[in-house]
Amino acid sequence: MEPFRSHRGIVAPLHRENIDTDQIIPKQHLKRIERTGFGTYLFSDWRYHPDGSPRHDFVLNQEHYRSATILVAGKNFGCGSSREHAAWALSEFGIRAIIAPSYADIFRINAGNNGLLLIEAAGTTVQRIAAQAQARPPYELTIDLENQTIADGDGLSERFEIEPFRRHRLLHGLDEIGMTLTHEAEIARFEAAVLRCTPSQGYSNLGTAT
Amino acid sequence: MYKPKTLFEKVWDSHVVLEREGEPTLLYIDLHLVHEVTSPQAFEGLRLANRTVRRPDLTFATIDHNIPTTSDERFHIKDQIAAQQIATLRRNCAGAGIPLFDVGSGRQGIVHVIGPELGLTQPGMTVVCGDSHTSTHGAFGALAFGVGTSEVEHVLATQCVSQKKPRSMRIGISGALPDGTSSKDLILEIIRRLGTDGGTGHVIEYAGEAIRGLTMEERMTMCNMSIECGARAGMVAPDETTFAYLDGRPYAPPGEAWDKAIARWQPLATDEGAHFDKDITIDASHLAPIVTWGTNPGMSAPITATVPGPDNAQDESERNAILAALDYMGLQPGTRIEDIALDRVFIGSCTNGRLEDLRSAAKVLRGYKVHNRVTVLVVPGSEAVKQAAEREGLDSIFTEAGAQWREPGCSMCLGMNPDILAPKQRCASTSNRNFEGRQGRGARTHLVSPAVAAAAAVAGHFVDVRGWEYRK
Repeated sequence: MEPFRSHRGIVAPLHRENIDTDQIIPKQHLKRIERTGFGTYLFSDWRYHPDGSPRHDFVLNQEHYRSATILVAGKNFGCGSSREHAAWALSEFGIRAIIAPSYADIFRINAGNNGLLLIEAAGTTVQRIAAQAQARPPYELTIDLENQTIADGDGLSERFEIEPFRRHRLLHGLDEIGMTLTHEAEIARFEAAVLRCTPSQGYSNLGTAT
Repeated sequence: MYKPKTLFEKVWDSHVVLEREGEPTLLYIDLHLVHEVTSPQAFEGLRLANRTVRRPDLTFATIDHNIPTTSDERFHIKDQIAAQQIATLRRNCAGAGIPLFDVGSGRQGIVHVIGPELGLTQPGMTVVCGDSHTSTHGAFGALAFGVGTSEVEHVLATQCVSQKKPRSMRIGISGALPDGTSSKDLILEIIRRLGTDGGTGHVIEYAGEAIRGLTMEERMTMCNMSIECGARAGMVAPDETTFAYLDGRPYAPPGEAWDKAIARWQPLATDEGAHFDKDITIDASHLAPIVTWGTNPGMSAPITATVPGPDNAQDESERNAILAALDYMGLQPGTRIEDIALDRVFIGSCTNGRLEDLRSAAKVLRGYKVHNRVTVLVVPGSEAVKQAAEREGLDSIFTEAGAQWREPGCSMCLGMNPDILAPKQRCASTSNRNFEGRQGRGARTHLVSPAVAAAAAVAGHFVDVRGWEYRK
């Protein structure tokens, strides 16, 4: 996973709340067996006409936002389906960070597993950034994960909160499976301590609980 | 002193492998369900890192998302990319020694339908699957949640997930569901009240007298849609209804092991005095059939109401959301829900594709013909559901009414297979999501119960099924 330390990029505003993963990557594009090839289809129903030509009313098709790497959006971003294809599509398009008041749980985990930084910001901050990005594109922000700050070099400089462990993983691009496998002994001990059977014998672990 | 625990805490605590300050908890997984769409990249990741599947004996796979629902095409898929995804699952399962309930095996079906019906899903277990509707399995008092593909890979490699402990919420349901309403209406009502993010970060336990009175299939419908209010999982404490459902299922513990299992399952209830981070009570006795009018499952209204407008919004952002939804749905504020005319009806999905759902729809359709403008698709949730329905003659009721009786799969719930709507077509659907484009680009979805869907199929528009004249 590519580490995330500091990033400067153009902001694109999506003036919507509850942007679900069906919008981020519609289901007709989920049939690939690779992790790649999804960027072209990011927001495809909003981004293209049915004949495949670009819709000029969609922000990421507009001149100043085409190379955006930061999205700013409404609350509950990434709700709905668990499809990690949403995170893959965003990353492949070039999005490195999202700024929104809140995120859905599964999307939050998927983003973390793909080095995509989700910043949870107050509604007023989100509105301020969205308004700037709308009014004077290309509007750029610098996101410093090390110091947990976002700044535009023109008056906006705010600290954001992020769980320390999530920050640590992003900063170092750590592979979660590799981390868990260092606890092989604990997993094996757990399996041995609790009588674990095949399904037809009935799983049993509660007998030894607490 | 023993600290009273919630059902969720009991299941969580008994699966903790490792807990360290400031880090997510390493949680053991008892049952990992796998399907063709969210697993290929996980298996590929394992291969690239030279890792193997740790517990193929706790992993089970089926084919559901992509599979066509016509009897010839399900064995001869025309969509080459879908066919490749299915072939990849078969190869991955064979390579890792993972049991696969394949098409035509008699056990294939939607992953959240077959887990319970095979007795794989059991009380007190932790269950994951690369699908957000994994919350369904919580109806058995299991802790069950959807995960992304990187987590699928993580579980394949380690049989654990790394999770931050969610908060807890209890939704107590008082009263009993009135005639003509179902647990689908109840969960839609809950989502409307909570909003699509009201459950975020929480595991919900559904409790109270109305829940005790629900069948397992009705409880599954509720837990299934917990994700639609953002909850990590939904749970119902196991009871005699749960045990009776599981008894004799293929993977349920047999003989002596059954008695031991019951003894382990019985204490799985929230202790008196246990703390919930949120505690809500809803009275079900005035519940009406619910219909969604917008583009997320929280945008709904009782069937007797009218479509709301921007003036009903609390703030600017909600106002914009309502306007965008009305525009997409092609609806005017103030339109009576009952006046909304339909082109299609879909009865099926992991929410409402089980035997009782089909019975409920068939009961309404018996002796009627579907409206000549409406195309009706009935898709059983599994091969077993299909066989059981046919033994009862439900298929004849559907076909005599003019509905199409199809083969099992996810079908038009998400339209990854050929079952999709044309742009601007309007569908009454028993599924779980009415997002833009969910059932096809530009398609307009209204979420309803099976009974409401069936009544709408006959009338050509929504009708209050509470006044339905049932025919023999």
